[in-house]
Amino acid sequence: MSEIKQISLFVENRPGRTAKVAKTLSDAGVNIRALTIAEAGDFGVIRMVLDDPEKGYKVLKENAFTVSMTDVLAVEMKDTPGGLYEIVNTLGQSHVNVDYAYAFVTAKAQRAMLILRVDDIAKARQVLSEKNVKIATKEEIQAI
Amino acid sequence: MSGYWDPHIERMPLEDLHALQEDRLKSVVRYVYDHSAFYRRRFKEAGVEPSDIRTLADVSKLPFTRKVDLRDNYPTGMFSAPRSQVVRYHVSSGTTGKPTVVGYTKGDIETWSESLARALTSIGLDSDDVVQVGYGYGLFTGGLGLHYGAERMGATVLPVGTGNTERQIELMQDLETTAIACTPSYFLHIMEVAEKMGVSIKKDTKLKTGIFGAEPWSLETRKRIEDATGINAYDIYGTSEISGPLFTECHVKKGIHVWADMFLTEVLDPKTDEPVEDGETGELVFTTLHKFALPLIRYRIGDLSIMNSEPCECGRTHPRIMRILGRTDDMLIIRGINVFPSQVEAVLMNISEVGDHWEILVDRKGPLDMMTVRVELTSAGFSDKIGDLIKLKKKISKELKGVLNIAAEVDLVEPGTIPRSMGKAKRVTDNRKV
Repeated sequence: MSEIKQISLFVENRPGRTAKVAKTLSDAGVNIRALTIAEAGDFGVIRMVLDDPEKGYKVLKENAFTVSMTDVLAVEMKDTPGGLYEIVNTLGQSHVNVDYAYAFVTAKAQRAMLILRVDDIAKARQVLSEKNVKIATKEEIQAI
Repeated sequence: MSGYWDPHIERMPLEDLHALQEDRLKSVVRYVYDHSAFYRRRFKEAGVEPSDIRTLADVSKLPFTRKVDLRDNYPTGMFSAPRSQVVRYHVSSGTTGKPTVVGYTKGDIETWSESLARALTSIGLDSDDVVQVGYGYGLFTGGLGLHYGAERMGATVLPVGTGNTERQIELMQDLETTAIACTPSYFLHIMEVAEKMGVSIKKDTKLKTGIFGAEPWSLETRKRIEDATGINAYDIYGTSEISGPLFTECHVKKGIHVWADMFLTEVLDPKTDEPVEDGETGELVFTTLHKFALPLIRYRIGDLSIMNSEPCECGRTHPRIMRILGRTDDMLIIRGINVFPSQVEAVLMNISEVGDHWEILVDRKGPLDMMTVRVELTSAGFSDKIGDLIKLKKKISKELKGVLNIAAEVDLVEPGTIPRSMGKAKRVTDNRKV
């Protein structure tokens, strides 16, 4: 199973940096599915799920950004109270640590999508599947 | 294995070399006394006559010359030769004060070129090499100095000067450059631009030798350059007051040979002005032994180094000075502690997550000096976990503190943020109001 590639960027915390990232991707025709910005004082990290991660990675790299690709899980989550609990509780009981997570609602909107970076991706996949949690494939993310 | 340009002089037994130095020292002292009003006055003030200089050890009786003397006697008040014999001027940029003017007779230009012809031969270059001179041409001594030296030993010179980096890289490929001379910071910039152009210096060019100087650089930077490009990078040393770039390491890379028939090199304790032993750090002091337009007696350059007088593995008997620690002018005093930018560089270039470019900002917050070191984060060093980046900042801080003994704030910045330099890199911005 090929994992979903998240693109992460190192950015200095100053005006216009996020705009530069967005413009670079827009010019290349790459669409952003989900995005989160984590900040730590004078710098931050932008994490994104893109429809075409390889292309996004390439154009960002060409534009001299510090960029990396990380394997993440995209997990479908009921868009109702308790949806998140079910997933993180399953992972916690199996001693899988969540490094970070962020969520977005798809256009179809019955379900929300949770992006997870965990310390043991194979184990997370296994325990979530056992609980019948749907894990999105690369193709599904691309097709949203 | 490389040969010698002038085997007779380069391998001269020490005894003969010292006898030659002694003769030349006596001559130059007599010459400046007779031809330079400045030195006649200076010698009289010090109570010394040319006839007092009988042996090499008598050099200690002579007064020092400093940069301020050249400034005070601007433009040509210290010259010993009349203008009819001077064939060229170079002028320092005057970034640290009033500019200084240096001059050369025809013979001085030849001696200078000879010095570099020996040096370039000692790193294995010969008439088959194409030497790309990426130092500034014009008033700065770097460009024309290397140009004449490389031509003298028969190499093909490509006089590109600084800037126009993409064209430099194209010409490097088209004309099959085998050696490049420029500042180490400019070469790092060339490496970066080549990468962007999709040119691998290792595979797509014939470059095998780099001759880098005009600013202090660390062994760690050498390793980075050599690992990334597969070239051999050599240190070159000199300063315009004593001609310009003059000396390089030989292929053994264990110190820079200072040609003893041309210069008498002393290493002195800056506090007592007494000579230090071989292997101990001191301030370099040069007396020009074979220079006629502007000979200098005991010129205090302000560079700190270590001397090794043992004959070298390469067979040359001329003494070697070790990598320059820094010029006393470049030294920062932060909260009373001496900091050389070269020390900061050595720490940073050992940390793989840090890119090749960096800078130091010094500021004063209330009564306290604050030093901030800005470094570019490489993609290889980038973890998308904030915690890892904070740990990296702490690690850099800690290693700097270990070497410098003062705390420095570390800023991680995006690649390409720190200004690139074509000539001497400006690594330090000191915003303290005196």
